[in-house]
Amino acid sequence: MNIILKENFDIKTYITNGGYNALKKAFTMKPEDIIEEVKKSNLRGRGGAGFPTGLKWSFIPKTNSQKYIVCNSDESEPGTFKDREIIHKNPHSIIEGMIIAGYAIGATKGYFYIRGEFAREARIIEKTIYEAKEAGFLGKNILKSGFDFDITIVRGAGAYICGEETALLESIEGKQGKPRIKPPFPAVKGLFGCPTVINNVETLATVPYIIIAGGENYSKIGVGKSTGTKLFSVSGPVKKPGVYEIPLGTPFKKFFEENLGGMKDGEKLKAVIVGGSSVPVITADEAMKVNLDYESLSSIGTMLGSGGMIIISESQCMVDLLYVLARFYHHESCGQCTPCREGSGWIEKIIKNILIGDAKVSDIDLLYEIAENMMGKTICPLADALAMPVMSFVKKFRNEFESHITKECKICFRK
Amino acid sequence: MLGEDFKKNYKNIMEKFEKKESSIIALLHLIQKENGYILEEDIDELSKLIEIPYSRIKSVLTFYTMFNQKKVGKYHIQICRNISCHMAGSKKLENYIKEKLEIEEGEITKDGLFSYTTVECLGACGNAPVIMINETYYENVNEKKLDEIINNLRTKK
Repeated sequence: MNIILKENFDIKTYITNGGYNALKKAFTMKPEDIIEEVKKSNLRGRGGAGFPTGLKWSFIPKTNSQKYIVCNSDESEPGTFKDREIIHKNPHSIIEGMIIAGYAIGATKGYFYIRGEFAREARIIEKTIYEAKEAGFLGKNILKSGFDFDITIVRGAGAYICGEETALLESIEGKQGKPRIKPPFPAVKGLFGCPTVINNVETLATVPYIIIAGGENYSKIGVGKSTGTKLFSVSGPVKKPGVYEIPLGTPFKKFFEENLGGMKDGEKLKAVIVGGSSVPVITADEAMKVNLDYESLSSIGTMLGSGGMIIISESQCMVDLLYVLARFYHHESCGQCTPCREGSGWIEKIIKNILIGDAKVSDIDLLYEIAENMMGKTICPLADALAMPVMSFVKKFRNEFESHITKECKICFRK
Repeated sequence: MLGEDFKKNYKNIMEKFEKKESSIIALLHLIQKENGYILEEDIDELSKLIEIPYSRIKSVLTFYTMFNQKKVGKYHIQICRNISCHMAGSKKLENYIKEKLEIEEGEITKDGLFSYTTVECLGACGNAPVIMINETYYENVNEKKLDEIINNLRTKK
């Protein structure tokens, strides 16, 4: 499938390429059959958590009360820039996916939540919604199906935490983006207290394809439980950084050599963060042997996450990079839970001391211990999102932390 | 003070939302777009105008980092300092901006045109380093490109 179109993104191009045929087909199906098709496809949430999309939809109670479908376009995980690419190159696929999702769960109202910095992208979505409305794909009695659906755009204003489902709902409600305690899950009590499904941009953009091709055909792409294609957004010193769509299960080595063109001249691969800054880092050796799918990555102790792949070369100091990440998570902690608020602060301070060579060897263990104590102890996964890089950086690159304490790091202490 | 543009448009924006409170972030964006920043007096005025308590608006304003709570230059430069931009030399770029504009982080140039802050990931990592000036992204920025951008904005005024 092609999540990203190479050509212009207006509605004419989209329709010429078969756009909105999935919606027409969906209207000939019963809502529960659509959910069944998505379940069959085994599509898993592309935002990072990888939760099965069809299952998520099926949790919505089958009542006639107000329900919502929310598109999560808060894309803020460092290293992740794939949703922006879909908005630039194929925005109608997201809108079509949203309408189908709305029809499947019985929601007549959608919210498109987009991070505040994406001002240009918000304008693109505004235009896209306008075009879809003009063409009769949004509004009252869409394509004479009897189904009404409309979408409101809500802009965020600079808060990483709003990518978390319930923080995002709080933000739409015009509050501080502080994650809610679950249960109740959004499917039961979401936006304005109503049943709500929140899906990532890439997930929704994949839905039209599944409806056209059929869930079973979609599930034939990829490997095992990791079905379909996935977008990887690649940054760092490779020859060709950017966004790539590849079938899940592709070996990293193949992707790295064939798509990314390998490292830039003079750079040597040291480590890879495969799925956005919060997943555990892997070494170059580990990367070269692993396949890019949920199960393979989990078997070596990391995660597919958002597919925000950060390539790290030998010319980078791991202590320096971990400091950058710790500073970020400390800055973005919403402050609700003590382990996250305090832990992220302490971690930032300790790494800073190690970075400038003003620390003891025991501080490295302390760092690890604090991270361990943050894992799984908070309302949302932001604490884990810092703890995982800390523990993996320390475990796999401990020698670099030690060389900082003795001020022998050749990257940071050379005169 | 809330500007003319705000007063002309705020009702239209509020109408788009199901509940009045939901519009707070959008209204703050509108104020900032016109004024460049949001001051105490603006929150007071907004609170009275839309009949939402001051504390409710302030809690939102202080949570979201995009809102400037003190004056910034006409062109506010935000330099991404997160991992991909960091690896691509964002620190060096920051130092270059400091020298070129003769300001520290959070300060405004004497002519009132420029100010800068560092920010977290802007979500365009493939083209690092990335900066944002007001609402516009500039990608794959280097010193030469930065010179051009700043000179263009200076002559535009």
